[in-house]
Amino acid sequence: MEVDVLKRVPVREQDPKVRATNFEEVCLGYNQEEAMAEATRCLKCKKPQCQTGCPVNIDIPSFIREVEAGTNAEAYKVISMYSALPAVCGRVCPQESQCESKCIRGIKGEPVSIGKLERFVADWARENGIKPEVTAEKKGKKVAVIGSGPSGLTCAGDLAKAGYDVTIFEALHEAGGVLVYGIPEFRLPKQTVVAAEVENVKALGVKIETNVVIGKSVTIDELLNEEGFDAVFVGSGAGLPKFMGIPGENANGVFSANEFLTRNNLMKAFKEGYDTPIFKGKKVAVVGGGNVAMDAARTALRLGGEVHIVYRRGEEELPARVEEVHHAKEEGIIFNLLTNPKEILVDENGWVKGMKCVEMTLGEPDASGRRKPVEKEGSEFVLDLDTVIMSLGTSPNPLISSTTAGLEINKHKCIVAEEATGQTSKDGVFAGGDAVTGAATVILAMGAGKAAAKGIDEFLSK
Amino acid sequence: MYKIVRKEYLANNIYLMDIEAPRVAKSCYPGQFVIVKMDEKGERVPLTVCDYDREAGTVTIVFQTVGASTKMMAQYEVGEYFQDFTGPLGCKSELIDEPIEELKKKNILFVAGGVGTAPVYPQVKWLKEQGVDVDCIIGARNKDLIILEEEMKKVAANTYVATDDGSYGFKGNVNDKIKDLVNNEGKKYDLVVAIGPLIMMKFVCLLTKELGIKTIVSMNPIMVDGTGMCGACRLSVGNEIKFACVDGPEFDGHLVNFDEAMKRQQMYKTEEGRAILREKEGATHHGGCGHCH
Ligand SMILES: Cc1cc2nc3c(=O)[nH]c(=O)nc-3n(C[C@H](O)[C@H](O)[C@H](O)COP(=O)(O)OP(=O)(O)OC[C@H]3O[C@@H](n4cnc5c(N)ncnc54)[C@H](O)[C@@H]3O)c2cc1C
Ligand code: SF4
Ligand code: FES
Repeated sequence: MEVDVLKRVPVREQDPKVRATNFEEVCLGYNQEEAMAEATRCLKCKKPQCQTGCPVNIDIPSFIREVEAGTNAEAYKVISMYSALPAVCGRVCPQESQCESKCIRGIKGEPVSIGKLERFVADWARENGIKPEVTAEKKGKKVAVIGSGPSGLTCAGDLAKAGYDVTIFEALHEAGGVLVYGIPEFRLPKQTVVAAEVENVKALGVKIETNVVIGKSVTIDELLNEEGFDAVFVGSGAGLPKFMGIPGENANGVFSANEFLTRNNLMKAFKEGYDTPIFKGKKVAVVGGGNVAMDAARTALRLGGEVHIVYRRGEEELPARVEEVHHAKEEGIIFNLLTNPKEILVDENGWVKGMKCVEMTLGEPDASGRRKPVEKEGSEFVLDLDTVIMSLGTSPNPLISSTTAGLEINKHKCIVAEEATGQTSKDGVFAGGDAVTGAATVILAMGAGKAAAKGIDEFLSK
Repeated sequence: MYKIVRKEYLANNIYLMDIEAPRVAKSCYPGQFVIVKMDEKGERVPLTVCDYDREAGTVTIVFQTVGASTKMMAQYEVGEYFQDFTGPLGCKSELIDEPIEELKKKNILFVAGGVGTAPVYPQVKWLKEQGVDVDCIIGARNKDLIILEEEMKKVAANTYVATDDGSYGFKGNVNDKIKDLVNNEGKKYDLVVAIGPLIMMKFVCLLTKELGIKTIVSMNPIMVDGTGMCGACRLSVGNEIKFACVDGPEFDGHLVNFDEAMKRQQMYKTEEGRAILREKEGATHHGGCGHCH
């Protein structure tokens, strides 16, 4: 296969017109030949910059070297030393702002497709039945992990590898956190990828108890004092949706992105035979510009709607991954940028009939360094709609903090924890992921889970 | 998996089941609810805790077959299993945390409409166990729709039955009975707890506001997760938006926007669903308040 060193080996994708009508995965990934060809582009730098851009510090040149040699199993071993969920990360990490943004190849030409190579290795390992290895002897100590998202799964996996007896408690009926309820099937297949990664964690000896809401079914203090756990990791995420507080927001047809995505992903409303209903809007506006907004928009599109993204800043400020914005545009999502909702218009039966919006311009940079949007006077207009999906971000659920004495939180309701160890203000309780940082990324949550596993190991080895 | 250990047919397509769920049974209180998911493809159905046995590790649920899911639930028999059973969710009744001495000083009236009698029962029972006597009105359209009357009589100081058509007990809706108690029988109440169809709770609240009696209602809006993650269950209470699954399900009835809640409850009701409702007089309608014809 011929390779232009300046250009990436293109990755095969479903045609935009076809995929806009189905929930199959958009990106098809590299095959063996394509992966080996892309791997040749890597310079195997002595001081690999990519590795410094990776939040879990994967030894990128080493695994790419194995891919180039065709020794995929070895490549998987390298990645597994750092990441518990490579098939997930290879699909949803913002590589363009992490490893790939630092790649030397990127100075002149396109950076190496590190994410797509990672995905290739992880998919190959799964398809060939390769499991992560368990080594350590049993420590005879019990650790409870709250939440089965990326932080919880990673922390649990690492602790099990170190010989601890680990139980994950998950509030929902299925393990995976945002990976199962939030990120859609067409970006992250649930059965083949997420369920398989969860099985890998179970294969390390981790027990998963679903349908247990910590703070309600049982408290952290009860886990520590009555159920014999020696330490607790809180990886409960940031699942509480925000609303704008504009008139009409409680009308029928207004949903949080979390509700819309949960109905579709976790409850599989899009599939024949599943009982949970979903409202299939014909004209839909998604308010917001992050990954969650793109996912909601592309889901609504697949359910048959004309879909608008309404975002108050400009294209450059869109917080979503570049690849997601690009995919959304290809599929026909309409972007109403520099536009802010003022009011949701409601018909006499309580249903959405439109949304009054105002145009914005960008003014001076604000405290966050981003230019602050200001309303353009007299620019109000109405979008005719039957559905509005609010995707304005989420904050941590207070269920745990409000039922655990001595667990300190900050003004954003995030749990306060030391970055290096995950240690919270309460003895024996550690935390990480979105519950600590507020909504962030899969890989940062994994990194925090890893750090906490080390912190817990040190705490219990004292 | 959660085993069904008892099943009873109460009346009018209302069923009672005891489910083996030790974690829930250990920690639940009156006022809270659970979420049941029958099988792989099922919905997450919220149901109020109607009783519990901490020793046996069982939780009692009561449901009326109104939609596809509750109809399917009624097909399950003793010895079979529900795939998922989560809880307890929501806040316990605020009475539970009040000092018993304070509660004993209060005159409390419970107003139960239709299948709403089921969630009223554990509260009255709990109060009885603490030595607090309360009154209770059970309302329904006719005699056949009255449930848990015998059980209620054992735990409430006075149990009054009101039927719209007068086929049993007092003739009139629950509001007529409240007026009767206050105006004709010289009863004085400091607190009303009303649980039943939305329309009943709305009209009870209008009356108690007039009478100046604080009123607590239990809301049961559309839910998905039941843990505060989706906002499907949001309600306007006073000037605030509340999530019924975490902030409730019980609220100050004088602050709840019932009209909005009623509209929101219609969101997923298809024409077909509405037809069944009309035909069968389901749980979300016709609880016996007499205001809905
Ligand atoms: C739609 C969407 C798209 C996204 N896209 C991307 C992307 O492309 N790339 C990326 O890197 N990131 C993305 N993110 C962000 C990423 O998914 C999160 O940052 C990450 O999942 C956080 O992991 P976590 O382990 O901290 O929490 P979560 O994944 O949120 O998991 C927390 C788990 O804890 C459970 N839980 C909560 N409270 C309790 C309790 N009291 N008791 C028991 N269990 C409890 C929850 O049910 C949940 O399963 C996206 C997020 C969303 C919502
Ligand atoms: S920076 Fe780019 S070229 Fe260098 S090792 Fe990393 S992936 Fe290879
Ligand atoms: S049911 Fe989802 S937030 Fe209440």
